[in-house]
Amino acid sequence: MSAPSSYEQAAGSRLYVWVWVWLLALTGVEVFLGYEHLPLNLMLTLLMGISVIKAALIVAYFMHLRFERLSLFLTLVPALVLCICLILIFFFPDSLRLHELRPQ
Amino acid sequence: MAEAHTQAVAGSRWSGGVAPYAIGSKKLGMWLFIISDALTFSALILAYSYVRVASPDWPTPFPFFPAIVYATVMTFFLLSSSLTMVMAVAAAHRRDHRRAVQWLLATMAGGAGFVLLHLREWLHLIHEGVRPFSNPWGAPLFGGTFFGLTGMHMLHVTVGVIYLGVIAWGFGRKRFSSEDVEVSGLYWHFVDLVWMFLFPLVYLLSIKMP
Repeated sequence: MSAPSSYEQAAGSRLYVWVWVWLLALTGVEVFLGYEHLPLNLMLTLLMGISVIKAALIVAYFMHLRFERLSLFLTLVPALVLCICLILIFFFPDSLRLHELRPQ
Repeated sequence: MAEAHTQAVAGSRWSGGVAPYAIGSKKLGMWLFIISDALTFSALILAYSYVRVASPDWPTPFPFFPAIVYATVMTFFLLSSSLTMVMAVAAAHRRDHRRAVQWLLATMAGGAGFVLLHLREWLHLIHEGVRPFSNPWGAPLFGGTFFGLTGMHMLHVTVGVIYLGVIAWGFGRKRFSSEDVEVSGLYWHFVDLVWMFLFPLVYLLSIKMP
């Protein structure tokens, strides 16, 4: 059980408000990027990169994983990384290759 | 019980051998559920990306208003409800029952706002003629992937609002512990996390350019 004391140390609602502000700011950047006419590969890389950063912020601070024991971190994070790799399998190699092949 | 274990072994050289993660079984159970649920969403997103890559005429129908504005406001609702959830967990650990229930109710309001806005968006698309296997713009499976992905997520948000309601009711009556509030918070943050991927993949990559 996570000791309430560690929760209090870690807490300080100011930290969480800052994480929230960062998440909102990154969302704003994503919406802005959506309207930029960027090449597909750059757009995908930026959007997915920002999403992974946002997910990491949520897992680390809101879900408190940063303040848990290392063994829990080492058990959960590889599984989550695997899920993210699964999401990107088709988007990165195949979509870019097919995009190049297709007549514009 | 886990706490007693942890305390019993804390001073010995076997510290960690009994409870290697030093968290309660409910919390560990929720984490394991989250991993399996993450795999479910990954599979749905994988299917979406496969169909999208395989279709030459994928529609990009979302205009700035209402779709993108609504989706951005929905993202704001979910992120803010995550913040109020963190406050609820902190209050619960301080044994401040009244404040914890108030924060939980605020979190539920954020989730309900999200679902209502999203349903409006759904009705709008259905009104425009989008069906799971046909739509007026192009690749017929656009509707299937859109409704499948966002519907699965909306189901999670709806279940989450009900779950938080049960937790708020029980914690307010001191039947549930602060750990129960924390575990429900893990679920809620995960639902928020999934939306962080769905928002760019479903909406921002399908913007109707002016």
